[in-house]
Amino acid sequence: MSASDLLSLLPLLIISGAAVIAILLVAIRRNHRVMHAFTVFAFICALAALYFQPYAVPYVIAPLFVVDAFALFNTGLILLAGLSVLFLSYSYFEQREERKEEYYILLLLATVGGMVLVISQHFISLFLGLETMSISLYGLIAYLRARERSDEAGIKYLLLAALSSAFLLFGMALVYAESGKMDFTGIGAYLETIHSAPVAVVAGFGLMVIGVGFKLGIVPFHMWAPDIYEGAPLPVAAYIATVSKGSMLVLLMRFYRDINGYEYTILWWVFAIIAMASMFAGNWLALMQQNVKRLLAYSSIAHMGYILIAFLAGQEAGQEAVIFYLVAYVITSIGAFGVLALMSDERNDAENLQDFSGLFWRQPWLAAIFTGMLLSLAGIPLTAGFIGKFYVVAAGVDAELWLLLVLLVVNSVIGLFYYIRLVAIMFQPLPGPAVRKRMPFFGIFALSALMVLLLWLGVYPSALISVIRNMMLTMG
Amino acid sequence: MMLPVFILLPVLGAFLAWLASAVNKTLPRWVALLVMLAGLAISAGMWWQVQDDIYFIGDRWLQTYELPWMPRFGISFSLALDGLSLLMLVLTFFLGALSVMVSWKEIKERSGFFHFNLLFVIGGIAGVFLTMDLFLFYFFWEVMLIPMYFLIGIWGHGNRLYAALKFFLFTQAGGLLMLLAILGLYFVHASATGTFTFSYFALLNTPMAVETGRWLMLGFLVAFIVKLPAFPFHTWLPDAHTEAPTAGSVILAGLLLKTGAYGILRFVIPIFPEASQFFATWVMLLGAIGILYGGKLAYAQTDFKRLVAYTSVSHMGFVLVGAFAFNPLAYQGVVMQMITHGISTGALFMIAGSLYERLHTRELEQMGGLWPALPKMGVVTMVFVMASLGLPGLGNFIAEFLILAGSWQAAPWITVAATAGLVVATIYSLRIMQKVFFGTSLREYKLPDLSLREMLMMAPLIAAIIWLGVYPQPVINVAQRAMPSVAVHSTK
Repeated sequence: MSASDLLSLLPLLIISGAAVIAILLVAIRRNHRVMHAFTVFAFICALAALYFQPYAVPYVIAPLFVVDAFALFNTGLILLAGLSVLFLSYSYFEQREERKEEYYILLLLATVGGMVLVISQHFISLFLGLETMSISLYGLIAYLRARERSDEAGIKYLLLAALSSAFLLFGMALVYAESGKMDFTGIGAYLETIHSAPVAVVAGFGLMVIGVGFKLGIVPFHMWAPDIYEGAPLPVAAYIATVSKGSMLVLLMRFYRDINGYEYTILWWVFAIIAMASMFAGNWLALMQQNVKRLLAYSSIAHMGYILIAFLAGQEAGQEAVIFYLVAYVITSIGAFGVLALMSDERNDAENLQDFSGLFWRQPWLAAIFTGMLLSLAGIPLTAGFIGKFYVVAAGVDAELWLLLVLLVVNSVIGLFYYIRLVAIMFQPLPGPAVRKRMPFFGIFALSALMVLLLWLGVYPSALISVIRNMMLTMG
Repeated sequence: MMLPVFILLPVLGAFLAWLASAVNKTLPRWVALLVMLAGLAISAGMWWQVQDDIYFIGDRWLQTYELPWMPRFGISFSLALDGLSLLMLVLTFFLGALSVMVSWKEIKERSGFFHFNLLFVIGGIAGVFLTMDLFLFYFFWEVMLIPMYFLIGIWGHGNRLYAALKFFLFTQAGGLLMLLAILGLYFVHASATGTFTFSYFALLNTPMAVETGRWLMLGFLVAFIVKLPAFPFHTWLPDAHTEAPTAGSVILAGLLLKTGAYGILRFVIPIFPEASQFFATWVMLLGAIGILYGGKLAYAQTDFKRLVAYTSVSHMGFVLVGAFAFNPLAYQGVVMQMITHGISTGALFMIAGSLYERLHTRELEQMGGLWPALPKMGVVTMVFVMASLGLPGLGNFIAEFLILAGSWQAAPWITVAATAGLVVATIYSLRIMQKVFFGTSLREYKLPDLSLREMLMMAPLIAAIIWLGVYPQPVINVAQRAMPSVAVHSTK
């Protein structure tokens, strides 16, 4: 490896190195505050390293990685998402768990996995990244051992993720057996040379769709999502919803692009059916949900369906829309889970609808943030979610996906119902006098920053749009 | 340069009002009132000026304003004012000021947040009436929903959450269809001309296939007739009106319904002239059904506000009939109807609110024989009941007469049905008077008659409705200029 190779991987190296140092730090002395500060510092260093990366030209580290503008952008997104989760984590774990320090090690490792995924262009790096992330997530999900649902969630995720990895691995093996290639462009080239794909390749792709679908939490591979979201600590749920799903989505985009996936109608229809099923299943199941965590889980299934519409629209507009929507979705998901995390007390997470009753009169700012996040999920103007949805619909209209779009409209209205219901609960009159809970500074700071971003992207999205456009043009 | 002021003023005022609630509970009311009066003064001043023709740019647009917003999509912050927008703005701030006054005593809790929402919704409505960029139009269309939702959902009556949700879902569903249609139009325009733009002026002359035009037109039309509301999409309206606080009802009936009518006049007919002609008979039929059916339902109600709400369905049917008659007479009538209905129905809702404050009921069966106790209120009610049934000399008569005279040329049989609506209107309107003020009193009421504040609210409304009935020329002059070319052409 040359020096410039190392330089272009610098953010990844910083986070990996930080994970090792963090292990040593725990070995010397346990201190939550030091550990938290160190992790935040590592993330900021990685972001700074990102800033100095050459932007314009894709840099290939054969055969595993490609560092292009698209990868850099998504690395940044992962790091910022991780950083926001970190800000929300400190107070959450401080009041709950005795041994809090390992959480940060696992979080760093999971982030390494996500960062590997977004620069992968090869089956090997894909699988390594995926497993690094999954294995860290097992630990993160079951982190609060004392809770009853924690173990259940951890075991469930372990079994299902292992199963889906097996599917993915088997699919990759089948494709490799026929094509003799493991890098994405190689597979794409192979597919172009053959007239009709052999059974093994078709089966391989089918199995890979299962593996990817599980990570994205799309129907019919979504069953894990509500249970995991409910059982996992809230910051971890936010992390799964954003970093884990987001990095997989980015990988899917790159893979699809490299193999010219848009030319294969069967694959298109598979994803179209998945998109429709995800929208309907997610929204219907969220409709009558009494538990806010589960509600957010189902809503995120539905949102993956919306993103898939943009994905299926293909072309430039579609891919831009996916990324824009992803950014908006990351902001809102972390924001929504963050509000839940700040409202939780030592024993229980704030997850029942009653916990939010009259929140606006108790904690106006927190309620305003939550309202903003929910309205963004619903796609109401002045929020990033609105522009995101607009972008998706625009891409869909451009590609003339009328059926999918009409279903999106129907689903948006269904979705609106439960988001607005939650907003209405927050504005209910208070039964008694308002008791204000003191809010941790970092948590409020992170949420306020997310809220500002949300509004900024909702009112003036041009800056981000042009960044995304340039990035797409220079994609390798 | 004045145009952004109409939007910024209420929006900034909204935040100011919320901040003012930290000082005391009355300050937000004054802030809101001053903002509305300032808006009214500016818009009315412009109306006064443009009575002389020299201020027109070209022959139609009074002022335009444009800033780039999202160049990637060809979206700009584009505002323009013509006669129609100007009239609507005057109405907006006029009713806005009244709705602040009407809530002076009614809203006791959280007045800061209430006035925030009130001003914000006015800002959104002003945006809808001004914008000439279709994306921006959709943006404002949605922006006005949220504060309205809060107004109904927080300060409404018993079943408020249900009503607020129903209102929201109906309009949102229509709105999303409109978004699809807007985007469809955008791409049709782009493929025909090569430029991606949401500008109204560019999209106005989009060449498109007949079939495409009809589908797109339907997308717009659905959004607007849900908002209007026309039969069979009217079911959200009685709930929303009944459960909303008085100010909310006034804004709903007076302004939000008008955005639907405005959308038809501004977008549907000019952009899709062919498709509009094609569907005209059916739409007029819907309008006529709305007139009769709404009137029938109004007669059957026992709840004061619900009754008035159904009269809106009936009156808005006239708008639909007139708008799709495509001639200048009917067009003038539609504009008049938008204004006079805003005033008369707004006033009736205020009366319902005042009665509710005194009697704590809206049930007509619980009222009766109130004239001796409330003579002033009785007189005021009489004026607006007469306006509602279309008595000559009051504004509504002019509006409905013009619409009927115009639509007769286009569709005589539908006009006959619509005219029968006037009889129905007489029946249900007089029933209000009889049930509330005449008849025998159930109890010996000792009630305070209209207070000074209430008189101050009612006086301008009465003055306006009589003025519009006797001398509607200023409205007609200004509206004349904004007439879509379709309406002018089809008269030859």
